[in-house]
Amino acid sequence: MQQLINGIQLGFVYALIALGYTMVYGIVRLINFAHGDVFMVGAYLGFFALTSWHLPFPVAIILAMVGCALLGVFIERVAYKPLRRAARISALITAIGVSLFLEYFSSLKFVFGPYFRAYPRPFPIRTFTIAGITISNIQIIVLAVAILLMIALTIFVNRTKTGLAMRAVSFDHDTARLMGIDVDNIISITFGIGAALAGAGGVLYGIAYPQIHPFMGIMPGLKAFIAAVLGGIGIIPGALLGAIIMGIVEKLTEVYISSTLRDAAAFGILILVLLIRPSGILGKKRDEKV
Amino acid sequence: MLTVSNISVAYGAISALREITFNVEKGEIVTLIGANGAGKTTTLKCISGLIKPRQGEILFEGKKIDRLPAHQITKMGIVQVPEGRKPFVDLTVWENLLLGAFNRPKNEIATALERVFNSFPRLRERLHQRAGTLSGGELQMMAMARGLIANPKLLMLDEPSMGLSPLLVREIFSIIREINRAGTSILLVEQNAFMALKVAHRAYVLETGRIVLSGTASDLIEHPKVKAAYLGE
Ligand SMILES: Nc1ncnc2c1ncn2[C@@H]1O[C@H](COP(=O)(O)OP(=O)(O)OP(=O)(O)O)[C@@H](O)[C@H]1O
Ligand SMILES: [Mg+2]
Repeated sequence: MQQLINGIQLGFVYALIALGYTMVYGIVRLINFAHGDVFMVGAYLGFFALTSWHLPFPVAIILAMVGCALLGVFIERVAYKPLRRAARISALITAIGVSLFLEYFSSLKFVFGPYFRAYPRPFPIRTFTIAGITISNIQIIVLAVAILLMIALTIFVNRTKTGLAMRAVSFDHDTARLMGIDVDNIISITFGIGAALAGAGGVLYGIAYPQIHPFMGIMPGLKAFIAAVLGGIGIIPGALLGAIIMGIVEKLTEVYISSTLRDAAAFGILILVLLIRPSGILGKKRDEKV
Repeated sequence: MLTVSNISVAYGAISALREITFNVEKGEIVTLIGANGAGKTTTLKCISGLIKPRQGEILFEGKKIDRLPAHQITKMGIVQVPEGRKPFVDLTVWENLLLGAFNRPKNEIATALERVFNSFPRLRERLHQRAGTLSGGELQMMAMARGLIANPKLLMLDEPSMGLSPLLVREIFSIIREINRAGTSILLVEQNAFMALKVAHRAYVLETGRIVLSGTASDLIEHPKVKAAYLGE
């Protein structure tokens, strides 16, 4: 039970990253492999906000989200937009290139530096024991912020005009254009929102697993990607479902089997999904759209 | 109001339109008829900005529009109801209509909706149904309503009669006439040449990317070539 709570906590962090994968895939059919690195940048922005600039924790999260949103939009405009009409493989390779660039550029001494840094705790850890389960204030914060952001996202996508436009664009670009929707603009907004969520995820990850480095985005990025596939890529609730399953499986494997098998379990899930149900748990069988 | 001059379009090396020239005046219903693959849909997509012509010029109310992005052309008042209706199947009818009204101010939507229900009363009961569950006829009505709710100056309809029963075809065409009487100019693409010529003021016949005949609809309906090729007489 204790491990279940820990797994859910990890799952919610994955979910914040997985949402960006799934939203971007839904709208431009691109696996944005640089997304895990945006998460890393978010963790660093939060780090500097807390340590160098001594900002309060909520401000640090907002700053990381805004910074990552700008980065996400910038990456989309510069790297992906020119390739919108090119073969899909070119965009995929570009995504890997952007990812490597972010990792190595961040490793430079005058950027984030190539070393591990200890993440500050914005407040002292306190634990509570309720009915035999121990939960810390950090865990509560992680869960609360993640759930809050997901509720906000759900309201945005389902209740606002821009959210409606996003759903229209993810269905069919040309028909959306005929409705008078500026599709390029909606795509940028989607990248921005996805990146902002990853940025928040980065800060939460930092306070929960308090060590960061420029390559920290790779593994959570891959696992969030697997989570998105598991839930059904392109489907927003699927990302949350997949991520929570991933978090729990990972924690249970780590504790009850072996921590060395933790990552293997994640990739095992990917292989199983691809073999048994490639469209994911919530995915419908639908023909590939052109 | 719409002037298309010498438009040519090619898909890769295959040319689809060769120096097409025609016009639509305010208040008119103009129809473009032609066989499968003649280039009718390509012509509409070119006007709405979904594809760009290789050469030629398109003017709308005196402004050059052939280099503008599609969403701006829609905003200017040219609205295309695409071939095959292209519903957003996962969204409700209401959400589809809201998308049609995307660039209209919020306070105009309620009245615009009432106007649309006047033409398509059946949509009222279907409002909260997923578009994917509508029948073919209802889908065509929703697609036209989604175009109409944008308050277009020029409404372009691509094969509205496709796949509908004769009774429904007649209903759709009488609605087209009503829409036109209420002041909207219409560019109608059809394979059902007989119905199209009966409702239109003027017509153009398209054959493999070229306009081969043009004139008033009443003249063309009597033209021996049209009779032979498109009216099956
Ligand atoms: N995306 C495309 N890529 C390549 N060729 C295309 C494309 N779209 C249309 N064409 C070709 O251009 C020509 C004109 O097609 P278009 O769709 O405009 O015809 P149409 O008159 O609308 O026919 P239909 O009555 O069957 O709808 C056809 O030969 C078609 O094969
Ligand atoms: Mg066509």
